Amino acid sequence: MQTHARKLLVIICEAALEKTLIEDARRLGAAGYTIADVRGGGRGGIREGAWEADRSIEMKLICDATVAELLAAHVLERYGEHYALTLYLDDVKVLRPEKF
Amino acid sequence: MDPVVLFFILGLFAKLAKSDLRLPDALYETLSIFLLLAIGLKGGVELAKVPFASVAVQAGAVVLMGFMLPLPAFAILRGLGRLTRADAASIAAHYGSVSVVTFAVASAYLTKREISYEAHMPLLVALLETPAIVTGILLARLGALGSVRWGEVAHEVLLGKSVVLLLGGLGIGALVGPAGIVPIKLVFIDMFKGVLALFLLEMGLVAGGRLADLRRAGVFLVAFGMVVPVLFAGVGTVIARLVGLSDGGTILLATMAASASYIAAPTAMRIAVPEANPALSIGAALGVTFPFNITLGIPLYLHLADALRF
Repeated sequence: MQTHARKLLVIICEAALEKTLIEDARRLGAAGYTIADVRGGGRGGIREGAWEADRSIEMKLICDATVAELLAAHVLERYGEHYALTLYLDDVKVLRPEKF
Repeated sequence: MDPVVLFFILGLFAKLAKSDLRLPDALYETLSIFLLLAIGLKGGVELAKVPFASVAVQAGAVVLMGFMLPLPAFAILRGLGRLTRADAASIAAHYGSVSVVTFAVASAYLTKREISYEAHMPLLVALLETPAIVTGILLARLGALGSVRWGEVAHEVLLGKSVVLLLGGLGIGALVGPAGIVPIKLVFIDMFKGVLALFLLEMGLVAGGRLADLRRAGVFLVAFGMVVPVLFAGVGTVIARLVGLSDGGTILLATMAASASYIAAPTAMRIAVPEANPALSIGAALGVTFPFNITLGIPLYLHLADALRF
């Protein structure tokens, strides 16, 4: 089976950022995304997702390396200072390259 | 003591004792949607009977109060608390805005004591939600107003779930009237108190989780969270008397003024003033002011309303 290399960008952050992150992703060229509600903790404390302001999301995007790195840099620059934020990149293989 | 308050205390105890009790997220969502709709519906049914002119005057006064309340709070937070501009503005916005659940507890308190109040009070709750958030953002962004993403903030606060559900419930209630509400009365009216109790159990768990924030926030914010609500309740009482609200309505408006938002304000301030530390505003609003209001505050505001008549 032929596979194609792409980047997986995972952003874990406060749910308050969901709308703007989707806009940013679309604008910078990501074709799609998947978002899930998550909970966890880190240096800044625990986010249990117990009520509105306590919710966190995990956003996954698969795109080509240029878009993934552009988006990661933008997110870090714009939200990194003031928001609870974790992000990482990984190499993935996709079957239908035209989708990403 | 009202059983709903005891449910809150049970939740608080469970959290502090590190019990594994945890309500599913979806239940919290469901209960809060239920409460907002039920409060709106109940008000809406009666709304049609109220003369428009008297409601308009009260609505105007409440909106004005909402815009103004953050100003003294901001001054106290900056002057006495030595907080940064962003933190002071954010906390001021939370305290100027309103907590719907505190309102619900107060109305249950009045119903139990057979003190009647104006049926359109939920409309005033919906109106009080937004203005303080605008003032808070202005206070944080004086000199750099261009940097605020106003469109996004406006969408968040004007079409946030609490405003949509409260006003939606009011609208539906007003449209169908007392007869039309009968088929859904069992769920939305009769079950209200039980659902409120369950919601307060969850609120106890949430508030218990914020107490750690308070240790970082310090004595000043804890004192602020109990003193400012009483001052604001005084303002609410005076305004309620000036616009001619009944005793019950006065106690409710005082409670609304005293309460601090933890749904609309945190979300809006997070977007508009990201450098403000949410642990401070939410720790004070949920960890101090909410428990204070539902246990000591509301009975105190009843006495305040008794003492202030003209």
